[in-house]
Amino acid sequence: MLEGKNGSGKTSLLRILCGFREPDAGEVRWCGEAVNDSQFYAQMAYVGHLDGIKKELTVLENLKMALALSKPGLYSIEAALDKVHLAGFDDALVQTLSAGQKRRLSLARLLITDNHLWILDEPFTSLDKQGIALIETLMVEHVVKGGMIILTSHHDLDLHDVDVQRINLS
Amino acid sequence: MSLSRAFYAIIRRDLVLALRRRSEMANPLLFFVLVITLFPLGIGAQPNLLEAIAPGIIWVSALLAAMLSLDSLFRSDFDDGSLEQILLSPHPTSVLVLGKIIAHWLVTGLPLLLVAPLLAVFLGMPDSALSVLLLTLLLGTPVLSLIGAIGVALTIGLRRGGMLLSLLVLPLYVPVLIFAGNAVEMAGSGLPVDAQISILISILLLALVLAPLPVAAALKMSIN
Repeated sequence: MLEGKNGSGKTSLLRILCGFREPDAGEVRWCGEAVNDSQFYAQMAYVGHLDGIKKELTVLENLKMALALSKPGLYSIEAALDKVHLAGFDDALVQTLSAGQKRRLSLARLLITDNHLWILDEPFTSLDKQGIALIETLMVEHVVKGGMIILTSHHDLDLHDVDVQRINLS
Repeated sequence: MSLSRAFYAIIRRDLVLALRRRSEMANPLLFFVLVITLFPLGIGAQPNLLEAIAPGIIWVSALLAAMLSLDSLFRSDFDDGSLEQILLSPHPTSVLVLGKIIAHWLVTGLPLLLVAPLLAVFLGMPDSALSVLLLTLLLGTPVLSLIGAIGVALTIGLRRGGMLLSLLVLPLYVPVLIFAGNAVEMAGSGLPVDAQISILISILLLALVLAPLPVAAALKMSIN
């Protein structure tokens, strides 16, 4: 977990890890290899400040697109929607969803695709208490299965027994 | 996780999006029709003059209509973060981007082709030039989308990139304009146009192969 004051570079660091920005110095490696040469992009998923979902498409169309862009994961689309409490919203246009529901939809993307590493930038933004608890449960589940999460958050994380390594940037 | 599936999924997604934003997508076509219908009104009752400049009018209008439609190519994906997700896909970005460009042409270029015969008759263009006009539009408008995509990818991160986009892209459109306009004019006079058509085909093939790579690189640069 990355901690630090506003402007300390948390988001910048995450974007460097994703390859959106070049680091001023150093190199990003995945399993010992530079990220561009490795299987990195097939094994990671990113949810940033922007939800990365299209508001003119339905919930189902958005998830199908996400699935087409990467490898299918453990959950089917229906199971993932059920998991983030969006079951029954399949054919709803995303523009009719609330901000919290959109957030949960973008997090559902993590479940339907196969990935070891989740990079999450403020994943709890616009989620209510239940939403936050839900995402924390999903995060614990992911880590218990051997997954890895790098995240920034202003919310106090409650991941039960999971050992959280904290890096303070300020 | 096959590449062809991702490629077709992108095309289908963009076509569905275009269908749901019909008014936005109809703008370039409306512009094309409006500009061309204004010319006879501006020039007055001089059918010979109109006939002589008809190829130029149609092609310049097509060029400006293409310019007008370019921003929609990556804008919404850039604004809502979908572009980040496309760039993070393990598939080669250049192929996915080519899917987007093809969808863009189907929505903005192809309709011009469909209304062009009507407008050609309206401007009094000779029948012999009509088929050549359609052929040049068929070969030329995809080039406008492909070259335009490089310009948009470079300027998408800028707040007011519109002017810069025109400066970048319009000079690169000139060869298409010259050869296409010339071919239609020659066909109208009954002369052979094989050379111009061959050049347009080679420009299209070259753009098809070479444009997606710089577009992908420029998008990566613009997104940081």
